[in-house]
Amino acid sequence: MARLKVENLTFSFGYQTILEDISFELKEGEVLSVVGPSGGGKTTLLRLCAGLLDRQEGTIENSFATQAIAFQDPRLLPWLDVLDNIAFGLKARGVPKAERLEKAREIALRFDLEEEDFDKFPKELSGGMSQRVSFARALVTRPDLLFLDEPFSALDIGLKRELQNHVIELIESKEITIFFITHDLMEAIRLSDKILLLEPDPGRIVETFAFDLPQKERTDEWVYTQTARLLAHPKIIETFELELK
Amino acid sequence: MDAVKKIVRDFPAFLWGGWGAIAAIFLFIAAWDVGNQFYGDMILPSPLDTFANLLKLFEDEAFLQNLSITVDRALVGFALSMGVGTALGLLAGFFVTASITSRPIVTILMGMPPIAWIVLAMIWFGMGDATVEFTVFVASMPIVFIGALQGTRTLEDKFEEMADTFRVPWTMKFTDIYIPHIFSYIFPAWVSALGMAWKIVVMAELLATSDGIGAQLALARSQLDTETALALVVVMVGLLMVVEYIFLEPIKREVEKWRD
Repeated sequence: MARLKVENLTFSFGYQTILEDISFELKEGEVLSVVGPSGGGKTTLLRLCAGLLDRQEGTIENSFATQAIAFQDPRLLPWLDVLDNIAFGLKARGVPKAERLEKAREIALRFDLEEEDFDKFPKELSGGMSQRVSFARALVTRPDLLFLDEPFSALDIGLKRELQNHVIELIESKEITIFFITHDLMEAIRLSDKILLLEPDPGRIVETFAFDLPQKERTDEWVYTQTARLLAHPKIIETFELELK
Repeated sequence: MDAVKKIVRDFPAFLWGGWGAIAAIFLFIAAWDVGNQFYGDMILPSPLDTFANLLKLFEDEAFLQNLSITVDRALVGFALSMGVGTALGLLAGFFVTASITSRPIVTILMGMPPIAWIVLAMIWFGMGDATVEFTVFVASMPIVFIGALQGTRTLEDKFEEMADTFRVPWTMKFTDIYIPHIFSYIFPAWVSALGMAWKIVVMAELLATSDGIGAQLALARSQLDTETALALVVVMVGLLMVVEYIFLEPIKREVEKWRD
């Protein structure tokens, strides 16, 4: 069974330690979130796990065959139209043109993009549409491991919910493993099996929360209750420096 | 290949959009005619006479010969500056040290008046093709160089990182990320360089050779043949306009259409 296993990971930029002694394991089919305040080393942790940064100390074992990232900013190539942008990851795998465009078209429709938008360039897209395209590009490759780097943070609540529902469907069908970083507790609670709390300066994991209820059965009420419970947790108060009234 | 098809398909619409430009040109010609009525044929021949003269020029074997010589020289100089400028610009762009070192050198090259290059080239190469071609090259090369340098320096890391997450092979990184971006900078630079080459070639010929359009212009001046001089100017400007607006502009639009 594929897994992402991180052990005693420490990382620094120059003299500043960003991450200290991080250990966790993400098993196939699981959703793991890392929450913590902005600037706490979450993105660094994700980039290390995704192999975009070179490891310094500790071990990272990543045995997933394929992976993709949905970034916070959509990072669409400005000179490609919507379909070509979505098909970018497939092209990298050498999928023939007709086939990859067909797949891109299929997933674009599923993500509520309109036929008439397909040959638009990114400059003509709204922020929400760009993020849908970015998501479609990551998911069309059917990655075994999906990294989410706060991709919902700039979206309105309707679109946020819509994209999250797409993710929940994937989780339900057990076809994907997700490593999710966010500063939004509620988002993490809605999607994750396990939440790691990352306290900054230097970044270290101070608490782990687990949720057994299947994602599909998590009602808004359940999410609010759990969020309220977590917000009262002393570690969360300390990490996010919440003022007590 | 798709891009070529698209350029051809959009071409009629592009031409149709040229009415405004044509109206502006006619306005300019009208102003020219007013000038003729004020100052007389000696100082400023009328547009009608000039265009009649121009038609005559195209029946003249010697003129066509001169025109082809001038076009040859401009193209040789331009091709050299395109090749060398692009290669050096890319090289400088990919290495930080090289781009820092090349900055002041480019400023010197850009600041050096072309007329000074002509004088030096006449001393180095004598009176002939090489002088003209060298001057064209040296005057238009920095434009291409700067275009290539900027294109390379402005490549964004975030796209490369995105490509890395898909494990994009380096050849595809080159064709799908570097080239489209860099080309959108280099191509407009090529167009400006071509315009520059076309202007410099006449100037260099006027001073350094006994054939070509520039030399014919010098001859017209010494004979106070304003009509021919003006007709030659119209030929030079007209050719550049045809090349720029009919051939290069549609390509430029296609290459740059994804930009903000």
